[in-house]
Amino acid sequence: MQVAEVLPLRSLLVVVIFVASPLIVVKDLTHIYAEGSEREWKALKGINLEVNRGEFVAILGHNGSGKSTLAKHLNGLLLPSSGQVIVDGIDTADLTRTWEVRQKVGMVFQNPDNQLVATTVEEDVAFGPENLGIPSVEIQQRVAEALAEVGMSEYRLHSPHQLSGGQKQRVAIAGMIAMRPECIVLDEPTAMLDPVGRQEVLETVLTLNKKEGITIIYITHAMEEAIVADRIIVMEEGQIALTGTPRQVFSQVDLLYKLRLDVPQVTALAARLRNRGYDFMPSDVLSIEEMVGLLCQSE
Amino acid sequence: MSIRIEQVSYTYNIGMPTEKQALKNISLDIEKGEFLGLIGHTGSGKSTLVQHLNGLIKPSSGKIYIDDVDIHSKEISLKTVRQKVGMVFQYPEHQLFGETVYEDVAFGPRNLGVSEEEVEQRVREGLAKVDLDYQQLKDRSPFELSGGQKRRVAIAGVLAMKPEILILDEPTAGLDPRGRDEILDQISRIHQAEKTTVILVTHSMEDIARLATKLVVMEQGSIVLVGTPNEVFEQADYLEQIGLGVPQVTKLLRTLQAKGCAVRPDLFTLEDAEEEIVRLLETKKNGYA
Repeated sequence: MQVAEVLPLRSLLVVVIFVASPLIVVKDLTHIYAEGSEREWKALKGINLEVNRGEFVAILGHNGSGKSTLAKHLNGLLLPSSGQVIVDGIDTADLTRTWEVRQKVGMVFQNPDNQLVATTVEEDVAFGPENLGIPSVEIQQRVAEALAEVGMSEYRLHSPHQLSGGQKQRVAIAGMIAMRPECIVLDEPTAMLDPVGRQEVLETVLTLNKKEGITIIYITHAMEEAIVADRIIVMEEGQIALTGTPRQVFSQVDLLYKLRLDVPQVTALAARLRNRGYDFMPSDVLSIEEMVGLLCQSE
Repeated sequence: MSIRIEQVSYTYNIGMPTEKQALKNISLDIEKGEFLGLIGHTGSGKSTLVQHLNGLIKPSSGKIYIDDVDIHSKEISLKTVRQKVGMVFQYPEHQLFGETVYEDVAFGPRNLGVSEEEVEQRVREGLAKVDLDYQQLKDRSPFELSGGQKRRVAIAGVLAMKPEILILDEPTAGLDPRGRDEILDQISRIHQAEKTTVILVTHSMEDIARLATKLVVMEQGSIVLVGTPNEVFEQADYLEQIGLGVPQVTKLLRTLQAKGCAVRPDLFTLEDAEEEIVRLLETKKNGYA
């Protein structure tokens, strides 16, 4: 009797702990390139970070601040010089489990042309699951679902090189989804795209995050993309310089300028108006709608 | 140097299943000393068009004149054309190859056959124009530099050719905001100091709006809008329709205008928008006083 009562409770407790525990834990992570040579360079200097399941985290920082190095640690493309990266309970330094880590955390890079490998969109998306050794019936199903989720089903028989940049990135993202990852890390996925392509990719990523609960880590230089995140992390000189909600981060206009970053134009405009003595203007305006509301109210 | 593009059409892969007309009967005059912004989304034909201007692509029909000389006529060699028209491609740092920064920047002028003394002078000047320190960098390998520095070395290599027309295809792609501003400031300085004609290809409205004297918007191989930045941004609805959008402050001013506020909808820099909104707020204040 007692045992029967205790067991479900315990398993419930396990489930609760499992769900509440962060997906990714980064502890005192340092990364040194070319260690011991005269070109030795410390790219990460003691990073501590937790990413929760289902969270959308944007990482900002100027070129060379360590963002991409950090990203590559999150699925074991790089291993710590010291410190630890734990993905869903697995230490990335445990080389026997590297493929498990990579299945859980997928990466999408900047250049859409370097990531597509097959002759048709469909085959490209199937490439990952095929390598996992998944039966072909299931692969077909996963590919169809993944392409539907990024809105590229009608292009499944196209050759990747016939696609626009935004479409290529969406196919690259579909390739990740087909692996059923917990998390997708995107390293400046829109840097080479035009405004339409940027919008397509950002909307796709947001949908995956909100509807499918996939954890997103999104590296970008585009401040107006970062405002959709739950949390922003600003990197500088291999360290985390600033972290908070988009509102908290972008209200620090001067600090961001000092870190070689930008703020959305309306945020900058609000700061300028405050400096001119219009005190009703808050320092954390993020959108056109908010600004219009404030200006029309002031009558 | 002036450029005249006369009824230029270009079709890729003629006779193949992948045949595509990239340019459709383009005519455009670019005056000496102009700073032209060429905008359009991916696949609109802007890169194809600029590659015509230094003879990298020959028109399927139509003519390109530089200072009234047809660049594909016998009167001028393509080598001369390419020296006059300097082209900075997308991600130019991928084309660095020299063992040292000096060797890389010197490659172009050396091919022109100028004296070694002159080569050195041009390397110094080229690096100075992109704010790179000659002494500090000349013996370094370009591959050890940061992304932004590499890009500037690549641009210095084109500047060392002393082009009269400078074409840059997405020169700020992938740079962080400060790196982007630095490169744009350098280009703007070169334009003003040397009266170089500049053609900047981009899809960033914010970048181009404050620099260009004239904007040309391309869509599906045709020129669809030409005018000053103010004139072009007045067509915000059309720009959005063809997937380009306008700077965020322009959108703000347009929204305010739609709500009945008396503001100009054609401004696009932060500074102008600030003044316009201050004017609006003061008018309101005085109206109620």
